[in-house]
Amino acid sequence: MSIQTTNKANEGFWDKLASSPSTDEYMKGLFRENPVFVQVLGMCSTLAVSNTALNGLAMGLATTFVLLMSNILIASLRNVIPKQVRIASYLLIIATFVTMTDYAIQAISVELSKALGAFIALIVVNCQILGRAEAFASKNTVWRSILDALGMGTGFIIALLCLGTVRELLGNGSIFGIPVFPDSFQEWVIMILPPGGFFMLAIWLMVFNAMKQRKAV
Amino acid sequence: MQGKSQIQNVFKKTLNISTSPHLVRGIGTNDIMRNVVWALLPTALYAVYAFGLSALLLLVTSTVACVLTEHFLAKKSKQPSTISDWSAVITGLLLGLTLPPNFPLWMAFLGGIVSIALGKFVFGGLGYNVFNPALVGRAFLQAAFPVAITTWFPVFSPDRFSSVSVATSTLPLMEPATDGFTGATPLSAFKFDHISTDTYDLAMGFITGSTGETCAVLIILGGIYLAVRKMLNWHIPVSILATVYVLTALLHFSNPEKYPTPEFMLFSGGLMLGAVFMATDMVGSPITTAGVWIYGALIGALVVVIRLWGGLPEGVMYAILLGNAVSPHLDNLIRPRVYGTGNRGEKVRG
Repeated sequence: MSIQTTNKANEGFWDKLASSPSTDEYMKGLFRENPVFVQVLGMCSTLAVSNTALNGLAMGLATTFVLLMSNILIASLRNVIPKQVRIASYLLIIATFVTMTDYAIQAISVELSKALGAFIALIVVNCQILGRAEAFASKNTVWRSILDALGMGTGFIIALLCLGTVRELLGNGSIFGIPVFPDSFQEWVIMILPPGGFFMLAIWLMVFNAMKQRKAV
Repeated sequence: MQGKSQIQNVFKKTLNISTSPHLVRGIGTNDIMRNVVWALLPTALYAVYAFGLSALLLLVTSTVACVLTEHFLAKKSKQPSTISDWSAVITGLLLGLTLPPNFPLWMAFLGGIVSIALGKFVFGGLGYNVFNPALVGRAFLQAAFPVAITTWFPVFSPDRFSSVSVATSTLPLMEPATDGFTGATPLSAFKFDHISTDTYDLAMGFITGSTGETCAVLIILGGIYLAVRKMLNWHIPVSILATVYVLTALLHFSNPEKYPTPEFMLFSGGLMLGAVFMATDMVGSPITTAGVWIYGALIGALVVVIRLWGGLPEGVMYAILLGNAVSPHLDNLIRPRVYGTGNRGEKVRG
């Protein structure tokens, strides 16, 4: 999207919003540079905790929070952190927020914390977060880093919900724990198991690539 | 670019250049595949005789699912449809033969789709599949519906030609109702209750089990037909069966109380069907004779290990899938010496 220079006075609020570079900074994470479907990053947590829609949503929110806070801090410290120790510094910052998230989830719901298991702690090594820190936050202003983190986080939540709803629907006959099918529904056990995660990810990647190709043509 | 292709076209018309072999037998893929279908027919007919209408519907459903999927995916990828080479028919038949006779039809249909789409087309179609497509479909069904795939149907039940099993006609996506009968196969009877079955009954197929695995004699006859016509590498079934026999014999003589007789192991479960018709898949098995023997021995050993010490009563499917996974590496390790080179492939000076 390019910045429109003509007819600026005639544009309404939504047009201005749509053509502003800040909107683009946010929107790019949703589909064009979706962290899961396009960048294929953070596969460990994507495959492991997308077995139900709720787990996927919780994981997505936790990751978005860590991404947002670490992007803010790293972007504001970008001129202070020496280049030679930047990775260690980023990890320290990320780990701080992950620990906070871990304790927060434990405080909110023990059940959810058990379902997500070690994968909350493993957000530390989610390459998507380190990737945004290294590729974006360390080179851009705080405001743009916030937009970038929110966009990437939303894209991650969308991806996890895409996987989680279908896996829960087929594997358990419900969405967000609410039964959709009658009692006699036969669960596809494989969809809750790890292979189901791989199958669904492959199918969604196929759908995304097909949509992209159609757009390109 | 265009000029180059024009030159190539002229070349093709005037000069016909091809690599060896220059003598061909005149037998194509579809001839071999058709003969495999002939060899499978007695087994399929016996299955329909033993289990009735349910088995017939099951075999038809899985075959139709495979052929339709093959046709649809070929069209979708803008290739000529490959259903006329009979390979999808074989995949469908084999899938149906490895499922219980009262398996719900919608699950069998799903299995057929998975077999062709995931077992074959993902890798690029016939000739490129790493695993036996029918077994990929079955492995998927085993993981997705573990209860339905281990619910068995009585053999020679009196009303088998007049009515269809309740489970067979389950509506799509619904859980199959139990027939009231969940008999044990000889293998599960041995595994969980330690009851052995008479070898004669096992070989002739007077037992329950998956649709097409019960009558060992007909499977062996089909295999011999294919081996005589040189459409099946007889080294593969022989090496698998020999390995199973020798290993079980050793175990049986060391502790007859705990381990079954080698005859029981050979004729029970899906071993015959797997060894003769699935492990011999030309794409999934090694090329060299030495490689084939290692491949067969590996599958045989895995079958014994899974059956005797594993959690499941039957392990032929997983054994063959693992064998398929190993076979490209066997081809890499064992290479025939090329004429004019040394043992390690280096050029000989001269």
